[in-house]
Amino acid sequence: MSTDRHAAANRRTLVKLLSVAVFMFGFGYALVPLYEVICEITGISFKDGGRTQASFEVDRSRWVTVEFNSAVMSGLPWEFRPLTRKLRVHPGQLTTVKYLAHNLADQPVTGQATPRISPPRATRYFKKTECFCFSNQRLNPGEEREMAVTFLVDPSLPKTVDAVTLFYSFYNLNAHARSDSTTGGSG
Amino acid sequence: MADAHHHDGPPAGFTRWLYTTNHKDIGTLYLWFALTMFIFGGLMALVIRSELWQPGMQIVTPQFFNQMTTVHALVMIFGGVMPAFVGLANWLLPMMIGAPDMALPRMNNWSFWLLPPAATLLTLSLFMPGGGPAGGWTLYPPLSVQGGMGVDFTILSIHMLGISSILGSINIIATILNMRAPGMTLMKMPLFVWTWFITAFLLLAVMPVLAGAVTMLLTDRHFGTHFFDPSGGGDPVLFQHVFWFFGHPEVYILVLPAFGVLSHVIPTFARKPLFGYTSMVFATATIAFLSFIVWAHHMYTVGMPMAGELFFMYATMLIAVPTGVKVFNWVSTMWRGSMTFETPMLYAIAVVFLFTMGGLSGLMLSITPADFQYHDTYFVVAHFHYVIFPASVMGAMCAVYFWLPKWTGNMYDEKLGKLHFWLTVIGFNLTFFPQHFLGLAGMPRRIPDYALQFTEFNQWSTAGAFLLAASQLVFIWVVVKCVRGGEKATDQVWEGAEGLEWTIPSPAPYHTFATPPTVK
Repeated sequence: MSTDRHAAANRRTLVKLLSVAVFMFGFGYALVPLYEVICEITGISFKDGGRTQASFEVDRSRWVTVEFNSAVMSGLPWEFRPLTRKLRVHPGQLTTVKYLAHNLADQPVTGQATPRISPPRATRYFKKTECFCFSNQRLNPGEEREMAVTFLVDPSLPKTVDAVTLFYSFYNLNAHARSDSTTGGSG
Repeated sequence: MADAHHHDGPPAGFTRWLYTTNHKDIGTLYLWFALTMFIFGGLMALVIRSELWQPGMQIVTPQFFNQMTTVHALVMIFGGVMPAFVGLANWLLPMMIGAPDMALPRMNNWSFWLLPPAATLLTLSLFMPGGGPAGGWTLYPPLSVQGGMGVDFTILSIHMLGISSILGSINIIATILNMRAPGMTLMKMPLFVWTWFITAFLLLAVMPVLAGAVTMLLTDRHFGTHFFDPSGGGDPVLFQHVFWFFGHPEVYILVLPAFGVLSHVIPTFARKPLFGYTSMVFATATIAFLSFIVWAHHMYTVGMPMAGELFFMYATMLIAVPTGVKVFNWVSTMWRGSMTFETPMLYAIAVVFLFTMGGLSGLMLSITPADFQYHDTYFVVAHFHYVIFPASVMGAMCAVYFWLPKWTGNMYDEKLGKLHFWLTVIGFNLTFFPQHFLGLAGMPRRIPDYALQFTEFNQWSTAGAFLLAASQLVFIWVVVKCVRGGEKATDQVWEGAEGLEWTIPSPAPYHTFATPPTVK
């Protein structure tokens, strides 16, 4: 049986160690500004800071062909196709195209699109600023919806690439759960 | 807090377990909980391996497969290995340092009883709309920010598990600092006590950081913050840094107590004192320190400056030195010892051998340019299973076989124990060794489908997984059989065993060391 002397010492240790835990919780948050400072000092930033639409010069001397394609994965009772099949754009030019999705089922269905760029080396130069693929899409029975994607092609796209294909696969998110999947905060 | 035991025996019934503040009861609860979670996590691993029996999609959907890889990891780490070692700590620390109980018994009760609700929350996440967490146990954004309600369940579950571990480690530190018997100086403490002392400090330092990281996820999801969302000025890579600041010390939290176990078992069955006690203590402390400055080797491919990649590479390689010291000491302890090969010793030797293999593939992964090739392949999966399964899981089993006679008063069935050992070792190697080749050939991890040429190795692996799982039934059989009866164990149990816990009767009475022993 621990004595009173133990009890007092134990309580003191408890308080000290609890304050270490609280301090480390705060330290986790302190890593946020610390991280920014380190990125600044080392001159690296993983963020797209400043490189938004305005900072891209539209390169009118060059054309890039963008093709649009789509697939519906098995288990998703939808029709899904691009309304524009092919487009020529200048690098740096902000463009919006639409896809059409149609729910053929007699119940609401939630899907999630995932994009793929071809050729793969063009992926990092293809910037989507707004896209239906940023969140889940829920369609009511029989509902048809036009969904937009806004993109631009980075002017630093290698000269050897003159055509890019944007390909979406739509997946059923209901396959393993009931229908009302929540939409995330991003996008 | 210290007034809880005026009776000699435990009260009867379920409330004994609900209200207990006895370190032995709580240790038992932790160990059964860990075994339950180990089975649960193992079943999820079987779902993964079944799907990977053949290329193409056969059994589950990709989304569910991803949930299985994620929840398998969370359950095994937070529900299996960590509670198993906290349970061992509860049982053994007071008996090893001559204390009557843990320092803060009522808090000890609460640390344990936070676990079942946390595990329930995590399990429930699988049944939420949109399913459970599916972005990997590392919970990287953006997937963890976009996922459904299941992710919120997971985050709250991690909060509870975190509070449980923090309270548990505070208790362990307070016990070791304040409750040692007279004469038990720090450098006379048994190594299991030392490794847990250091582990508890690691837990105390990093579990709150994980709690912070998942709290940021939660506020990003629901309260309009943008820690990890670039459109609001955040950065998803930030999460990886904060997570791995927790995550790397975490892997040492999982293995250091097992190192302590080995340092008891190997001297006992080699019938020689441990070689290099002091260097063992300092090697453990060095590993703990280094674990804080190597986290970014989990994320070489995010685009760090060259200086960063080099720093983390060299620091990571440096860990091989104190780890090598430990392996050297264990082998030197065995050298010219009068060894016998009871089940705990077989486990200890297998752990040293297999953990060294996992350490070697870890060194390969630490080389930055090579890691760009291995990153997110099955080579990584093989590597961390070769360290975590032998060291943590087999280390915990080693401890159970070693101390079970002391806990129950009965010897376990040696024949069944050896059967369990050999089936486990064969099953484990069959499961994970082929994954090295799969990874080197480029098979990505966390993907439910694979290219045709990977089929054969995957079938080896799946067959091994089922053997490994089935052989754990033998383990349960041995433990249950031993709890129910068997050949009576002596107080010392093992011929070569030394330490305070072997001086008390077997089975250990409900209250021990009410009067502290004097350590010479």
